[in-house]
Amino acid sequence: MIKMRGGGVGVSARAGRFGGSVAETNAAPQRLQVAGMTKRFGSLVALDDISLTLEAGAFHALLGENGAGKSTLVKCVMGYHAPDKGTVILGGVEQTIRGPRDAHALGIGMVYQHFTLVPSMTVAENLLLARADLPMVIDRGAEGRRMQEFVKDMPFKVDLTAPVSALAAGEKQKVEILKQLYVDCRILILDEPTSVLTPGEADEILGLLHDMTMAGRLSVLMITHKLREVMAFADEVTVLRRGRLAGRGKVEKLTPRDLAEMMIGSSEIAAPAERAVQTNGRERLRLERLCADNDKGHRAVSNVSLFVRAGEIVGIAGVSGNGQTELVEVLAGQRESSAGTVTVHGEPYTATRAEMRRHKVFCLSEDPLRNACVSRMSVAENLAYRRFDEPPLTLGRWFLNRGAMRRAASDLITRYRITVSSPDAPAGTLSGGNVQRMVLARELSGEVDVLIAANPCFGLDIAAVAEIRAQIMRARNRGAAILLVSEDLDELFELADRLVVMFNGDLVYETEIAGADLATVGRYMAGH
Amino acid sequence: MRPLGGKPRGAAEALIIPAGALAVSLILFGIFVAFAGANPLAVYRTIYRGAFGSWFSWQNTLQRAAPLMLTALCTALPAQVGLIVIGGEGALVIGAVATVAMAAVLPGVPPPAVVAAMLLAGMGAGGLWIALAGGLRHYRGVNETISSLLLNYIAIALMNHLVTGPMRDPAIVHRPSSWHVGEPNMIGLIPGMDVHWGLVFGVVACAVTWVLMEHTVFGFGARVVGGNTRAARIAGLSVGRLALITCFIAGAAAGLAGMTEIAAVHGRASSSLVAGYGYTGILVAFLARQNPLAVIPVAILLGGIEASGGLMQRWHDLPDATVLVVRGIIFLVILASEPLYGRFRIFQQRTA
Ligand SMILES: Nc1ncnc2c1ncn2[C@@H]1O[C@H](COP(=O)(O)OP(=O)(O)OP(=O)(O)O)[C@@H](O)[C@H]1O
Ligand SMILES: [Mg+2]
Repeated sequence: MIKMRGGGVGVSARAGRFGGSVAETNAAPQRLQVAGMTKRFGSLVALDDISLTLEAGAFHALLGENGAGKSTLVKCVMGYHAPDKGTVILGGVEQTIRGPRDAHALGIGMVYQHFTLVPSMTVAENLLLARADLPMVIDRGAEGRRMQEFVKDMPFKVDLTAPVSALAAGEKQKVEILKQLYVDCRILILDEPTSVLTPGEADEILGLLHDMTMAGRLSVLMITHKLREVMAFADEVTVLRRGRLAGRGKVEKLTPRDLAEMMIGSSEIAAPAERAVQTNGRERLRLERLCADNDKGHRAVSNVSLFVRAGEIVGIAGVSGNGQTELVEVLAGQRESSAGTVTVHGEPYTATRAEMRRHKVFCLSEDPLRNACVSRMSVAENLAYRRFDEPPLTLGRWFLNRGAMRRAASDLITRYRITVSSPDAPAGTLSGGNVQRMVLARELSGEVDVLIAANPCFGLDIAAVAEIRAQIMRARNRGAAILLVSEDLDELFELADRLVVMFNGDLVYETEIAGADLATVGRYMAGH
Repeated sequence: MRPLGGKPRGAAEALIIPAGALAVSLILFGIFVAFAGANPLAVYRTIYRGAFGSWFSWQNTLQRAAPLMLTALCTALPAQVGLIVIGGEGALVIGAVATVAMAAVLPGVPPPAVVAAMLLAGMGAGGLWIALAGGLRHYRGVNETISSLLLNYIAIALMNHLVTGPMRDPAIVHRPSSWHVGEPNMIGLIPGMDVHWGLVFGVVACAVTWVLMEHTVFGFGARVVGGNTRAARIAGLSVGRLALITCFIAGAAAGLAGMTEIAAVHGRASSSLVAGYGYTGILVAFLARQNPLAVIPVAILLGGIEASGGLMQRWHDLPDATVLVVRGIIFLVILASEPLYGRFRIFQQRTA
């Protein structure tokens, strides 16, 4: 099947470069063993003597709470981190992997939660870019034919000539995977590949990967927080807890309950918070014929009118890319609206710091590392974002009180159970879920009148999801007006009091949650 | 693209990589002088002697380090808000011109008042000059690196126009120069040293801006803007205001360098102000990793290399452009060392 790739300039260049590894990588995947992996960051033991075996052609899931060490483990395999102890054994041979290049040469590739494609280039160009042995002059004709052959053989169907910027998230993720396969990676590591996808997209992609493993063409090691995906697609599972091995086994012999127990041990999952009865709170947030353009200057939000009362959660449902991101950016102060008004407490609102403070407006944005944190500033500083310029975090009017800032941070770190080596660690070193917790602690720890939340549970483990939803509900019960934008209908049905559907920049449907019907909502989301 | 995390920039790294870059530059420079027919080891010794070998050479070094500290801030401060500004030379020149102009409009005023007015004029003009680059960036999306570079040429052209026309002192014939600010208005030397007050201004400016960036509310906001503009917006910080003020302060530092060049050295504006302090300042800022406090020792180091230039050329028969060559080599090596940050495992483990 893949033998089409024999011969040709590119391959012989590769053979010259990587010695004999070609023959092996072109064939079926090899068994990958990780033995005794240990990694410390300062005093924090991120991995403690972890071993894992990825059989040839297996679909292996790696589970664990936020900060359990999953990403660290795969980064050690890929050579991003140098482990303190432990080895990677491929097909029975011990390997030293000094970086992703070495890993690729061994046929191990990784797909991240965030896209790494060049948006302005076509799919074909992106695939080409991935090749480590890119020749000085590219023979487009020959490459094109080679790529056609390659894609013909792959279950993933994408348009090679489409620019990446025009693809939906699911398509992009397919291209990321294709990219790894194109450079002959037969062992695929995926770090939360589905957190940016809709359940439909996720099922499609994982299904295809599953088929490829069944055919013995690929081994997959996937990090995920979604037990449903594990149950449906994985053969084996390894569970980490606080850097230790917490369990492993064949998926067919385990229930979701078993997995959850292995992940969080004896600790309890927060029970969903009760929805307190609130009647006709005062109107807090109102959008009036709000319009906004996207980065390309096209209208993304058109004439959105909406209000949210105190003690109410209004959910915005919709398939991603229908203007939700732009809407949230306008409300968060990251994008100018092109027409219309936003009012909070009846006053015009333009998201200045003074207005945020006066009206107690807070925001849980999606992708917090990109949107809401400075990765090279410390956790303490990131936690102080909202309050660094007012007492008690200031000395006099002008100076920072670093001591108070650290103390406030330590307090939040304990209260919100953020796993971090110290308040002075740069925020960029936090695990994905802990970044989210950090932002949550910052935004929800004070009094909140208006909260804008966008996909607040992306990338969180089950315990954290339950906890954050409970926090949001509690904020509502305390009287906050909450606008919740989410692609997860379960989440919306659990939390919202009222649901609106956004399609093509427009609000097309509105319903009280009590009378809401999943099928109808789904139809409006699809634009019917 | 690297995944998130895994790239803490530790203090050890920030010290060792620039030091290594400097060492590599000196080795490359040694090869250059060998080709020019001199003995590299002897040249190194001369650099040391000319820069730090005696009290005399120390004073010479410090004298040169003073404007470098100030022009380095012109690059280091905007870097905190994520802007790469290389307009120190222009801001220095404009500050100098404003200083001369201010002295001229205040005849008969007591000297201390004139000096204070000259300070404000130099800093204000330099500040506005760089704020212009910041404003172009913020309001019109013009790349601030390009605009600040072009503003250098405009500033120099403006000065040349003024000193050959409206501000010309016809009594000076060998080089078109402006009128003199007046002997009583010169600020002179630090008592007990053969170094002018610019050194004190430089050290104080570095210390004050360091405190500003690290320990004040303003600096916190500025660093958020520099670290992630989107996050700054979500916190409601006024990105434009913070960036403009930072640019103003940066330009004011370079303008202050121009003021001291006038009020402590030349007395009048002329093309001798265009001595490359602005460009060496960029070098200092990058070597200091944009840290205002680190600017002080780095400026002294590079001031030393510049101070030894004359000696180097005379003793070893090297061409006049030798100092330019040193500067160029250091610059290239520093830029080339930039991608090395985060690559060394020892630093990652130690600092993590
Ligand atoms: N470069 C680093 N420096 C210091 N600490 C780090 C670094 N990278 C990770 N850590 C810490 O190691 C621990 C494990 O992090 P890791 O990213 O592996 O978690 P994870 O299991 O992937 O969690 P998540 O589900 O939230 O992504 C965390 O406590 C994190 O703060
Ligand atoms: Mg992770």
